[in-house]
Amino acid sequence: MSDVVEPGLAGRPQGHGEAHGPHDAHGSQGTFRSYMTGFVLSVILTAIPFWLVMGNVLDDTRTTGIIIMALAAVQIVVHMIYFLHMNTKSEGGWTFLALLFTLILVVITLVGSIWVMYHLDQNMMQMPPHEALQKP
Amino acid sequence: MFSNFDLQQFLFGRLTLEAIPYHEPILLVTFIVVALGGIAILGAITWFGKWGYLWHEWFTSVDHKKIGIMYVVLAIVMLLRGFADAVMMITQKALAVGASEGYLPPHHYDQVFSAHGMIMIFFMAMPFVTGIMNYIMPLQIGARDVAFPFLNNFSFWMTAGGAVLTMMSLFVGEFSRATWLGFAPLSGAAYSPGVGVDYYIWGLQIAGVGTTLSGINLIATIVKMRAPGMTMMKLPVFCWTTLASNAIIVTIFPVLTATLALLALDRYVGTHFFTNDFGGNSMMYMNLIWIWGHPEVYVLILPAFGIFSEVTSTFCSKRLFGYTSMVYATMVIALVSWLVWLHHFFTMGAGPTVNAFFGIASMIISIPTGAKVFNWLFTMYRGKIRFETPFIWVVGFIPTFVIGGLTGVLLAVPPADFVVHNSLFLVAHFHNVIIGGVVFGLLAGVQYWFPKAFGYKLDPFWGKASFWCWLVGFWTVFGPLYVLGLMGVTRRTQHFDDPSVQPFLTVAAIGVFIIAAGILAFLIQLVVSYFRRESLRDVTGDPWDGRTLEWATSSPPPPYNFAFTPVVHDLDAWWDMKRRGADHPMEGFRPIHMPRNTGAGVVLAGLSTVLGFALVWYIWWLAALSFVALMAAAIIHTFNYDRDYYIPAEEVVRLENQRMAQLAGRA
Amino acid sequence: MKTNAWRNSQGGPEPMHEMTPPPGATAPVFYEQEEHAHGDGGTLFGFWIYLMGDSLIFAVLFACFGVLGRNYAAGPSGADLFDLRLVAINTTLLLLSSITYGFAMLEMDKEKTRTTLIWLAITGLLGAAFLAIELYEFAHLIHEGATPQRSAFLSSFFTLVGTHGLHVTFGIIWLVTLMVQVRLRGLIMANKRRLMCLSMFWHFLDVVWIGVFTFVYLMGVMR
Repeated sequence: MSDVVEPGLAGRPQGHGEAHGPHDAHGSQGTFRSYMTGFVLSVILTAIPFWLVMGNVLDDTRTTGIIIMALAAVQIVVHMIYFLHMNTKSEGGWTFLALLFTLILVVITLVGSIWVMYHLDQNMMQMPPHEALQKP
Repeated sequence: MFSNFDLQQFLFGRLTLEAIPYHEPILLVTFIVVALGGIAILGAITWFGKWGYLWHEWFTSVDHKKIGIMYVVLAIVMLLRGFADAVMMITQKALAVGASEGYLPPHHYDQVFSAHGMIMIFFMAMPFVTGIMNYIMPLQIGARDVAFPFLNNFSFWMTAGGAVLTMMSLFVGEFSRATWLGFAPLSGAAYSPGVGVDYYIWGLQIAGVGTTLSGINLIATIVKMRAPGMTMMKLPVFCWTTLASNAIIVTIFPVLTATLALLALDRYVGTHFFTNDFGGNSMMYMNLIWIWGHPEVYVLILPAFGIFSEVTSTFCSKRLFGYTSMVYATMVIALVSWLVWLHHFFTMGAGPTVNAFFGIASMIISIPTGAKVFNWLFTMYRGKIRFETPFIWVVGFIPTFVIGGLTGVLLAVPPADFVVHNSLFLVAHFHNVIIGGVVFGLLAGVQYWFPKAFGYKLDPFWGKASFWCWLVGFWTVFGPLYVLGLMGVTRRTQHFDDPSVQPFLTVAAIGVFIIAAGILAFLIQLVVSYFRRESLRDVTGDPWDGRTLEWATSSPPPPYNFAFTPVVHDLDAWWDMKRRGADHPMEGFRPIHMPRNTGAGVVLAGLSTVLGFALVWYIWWLAALSFVALMAAAIIHTFNYDRDYYIPAEEVVRLENQRMAQLAGRA
Repeated sequence: MKTNAWRNSQGGPEPMHEMTPPPGATAPVFYEQEEHAHGDGGTLFGFWIYLMGDSLIFAVLFACFGVLGRNYAAGPSGADLFDLRLVAINTTLLLLSSITYGFAMLEMDKEKTRTTLIWLAITGLLGAAFLAIELYEFAHLIHEGATPQRSAFLSSFFTLVGTHGLHVTFGIIWLVTLMVQVRLRGLIMANKRRLMCLSMFWHFLDVVWIGVFTFVYLMGVMR
């Protein structure tokens, strides 16, 4: 017959984290400073695009487009770091790996779809010139 | 507002008595058979007073083992439905040549092939694969359950709910005629105004939620709950393929959800995503649905490859050859599977540059697959082979699947595809890889792991009979179809003018009945094995001299799987333990922390199914009510914090002593 | 039993894992006698994976907007319709709500239930204001005849922005539910875990909004 070990204090099997406080690598991890840094950066990275477009600052819409897209990408990274506390260590690197994988697939979906559909439209959706005019 | 109020339309939406197909003899007979069978089963359960047992032990269970079994049972039931569709299709084709019209008019035939594909993929293959991954993976990593046991139960019931909604279309209304993928603009409101496509959409949306959540669950389990010492490169290959498959699921099912939602918006609200007018672009539907559709088939085949790896190494008594390359091949396949979707519509007109990119990518994906085949062959080479039933399936799989893969490489070449796209050649190709790969793998898995789940082996004679019928039957059906496809015969046709096709189709029809014999032999095997279970009994928990941790438990395993979490030192952890004489600890058993059963999953899925039905038939009050009830039930569920309990140490002692007695008894 | 050429390449019996088993035994240990806690059981990671999937839903909607976004069907375009001042206000509200949620989390770390709830409430109000403005914008567009049914451009506009708005709505419902639960049971571990998941969700929505205001509104006005 086997012994039964009574669950005393020492041997008590831990529940799912009841005894663990926020130090268990899953606290909010933010600090006031990091949130404020992220906030200020985001405000700047938002204000500039709005100003460029609303004020019609640059004459070239193409350049404006590239700049605001670049700023959007930077702001997304800012949010990831300062608000979502993205780092390469969390969950043994799995969080970052998942993000990377998703990012690749999002890019494939966007770039792939636009590339494919552009070609399909070119070859298959030819309209007489007066109908092809998209602008209202 | 009330001057034109039609009470019947308010209460029942567009549902009327006309929706019930009294006039279709085939459906009427089917309904009678199903009704009688259903009454018999429900009656038997009531007569033997088993409702309480079913509810408490199975339906509300959050145990991954029970949920895995329920998934497989669902899959087998839906296999019968999907196969019935197949029999109908091929017999119609064999009969309807020249002057003969056959017995299935196009209106009905189109529903049959749409239902066949949708059911076989979503309600047969997916649940089957999910069920096996669910049962086996936690055991192989030395865990007690999956990461989110309640979510697991909920996922199962959502899949079941989607199946129920789809099956209802048989008797109330009609099913989609727009193929298993719901191609726009045919599936749009203008060309399919009836309920068929709506059944299709909501059935898939409900099941899709279940599948997505299950994907999250299984990934988190593998990442977070491996036994100590089990680094990623000591993970069993089946678990690697589970990880890859679920990583694909989590990324592609949101695409399916979004695409079907857009189609639903077009149909219900009148938006113009995929319509022919007002700027819609139906080619975008093709693009999006195949972004989902191609990786989906890798979701199915990768776990099958994992099963083959496990079975091969066990029955060749040899460690799997090239473990590292297997792992890399799996992950490369998973990634590249996301880069080939356009090969499903080479002929739609994207042009040579685009076609070339996707054609080359499609050919590249055959390389890691080939590497896997070589690894299996090298494992077998100089192994001590035992031709037990599970291994026979591997032997059948390798030539069959390789040929199917080769025809795939042929199809990957755009100019060749222009000749055989949407011909019977294509149909033969994908059935070749799905049946030869996925189905053979799943059936091998059943033969291999049934003793673990139920404590006795399956009868070998009926198992082998089933295999041979499947193998011979498969080639009898699809061999002729390959030839016909090369001759130019188109798919999805229900009548042929040219009489020269008839001999081929007749042979194919004979083949379908050979497969039917194979399915019957499998069902007989289940029954015969049950009655012979004492002579087939396994008390060791390790009937095949296995290599991975699931064989370290009793058969069936106790609810908690492992009284003490195993510590892993090497690949093939159980083999390592046996080799080094690891002793199962006999004392020091502790209370074990377990999740509680709950009925919330059944309730939420049931409400979702009602919501789906209401949306199909435009019964808006019911849709609103069930939606609110669904939200309320979900929120109420979150107020329940009492989700777990402890199995008392005495109970653990009792079960472990039972196990020790079993092992001692057999010695 | 044949062992073939697959000896344990590690040599020693010590496993490599962040949860090291009892050390010191000369014979290899094959079973854990002491139970280890599982931390948060994977909830935060699981929720992160869910967010990755949600990103793909938005990727599809962005792809649709990218492909169909110029199909005006001789109807109004973004330049005709969008009021960038409203969009700027909305963006500000959402960004502020992100920071107020951050403050709620800081208070949660300090175990201060009351102030956590206050910051959560402010976040919820900011989110509700965001939704109110968005609904006003939609109503105005529909009133002008720029309905989702008017063109593929408008279908994809309403769906993309609307889906984001639906996510915000669910976020607010979740937030209110959590506030009730924190009120009832305090900042227990389960509630903290839930607050951290909602935090990820809320910030994720702000990330998506960056994409929305850039690609839909700013680029849309310039086309």
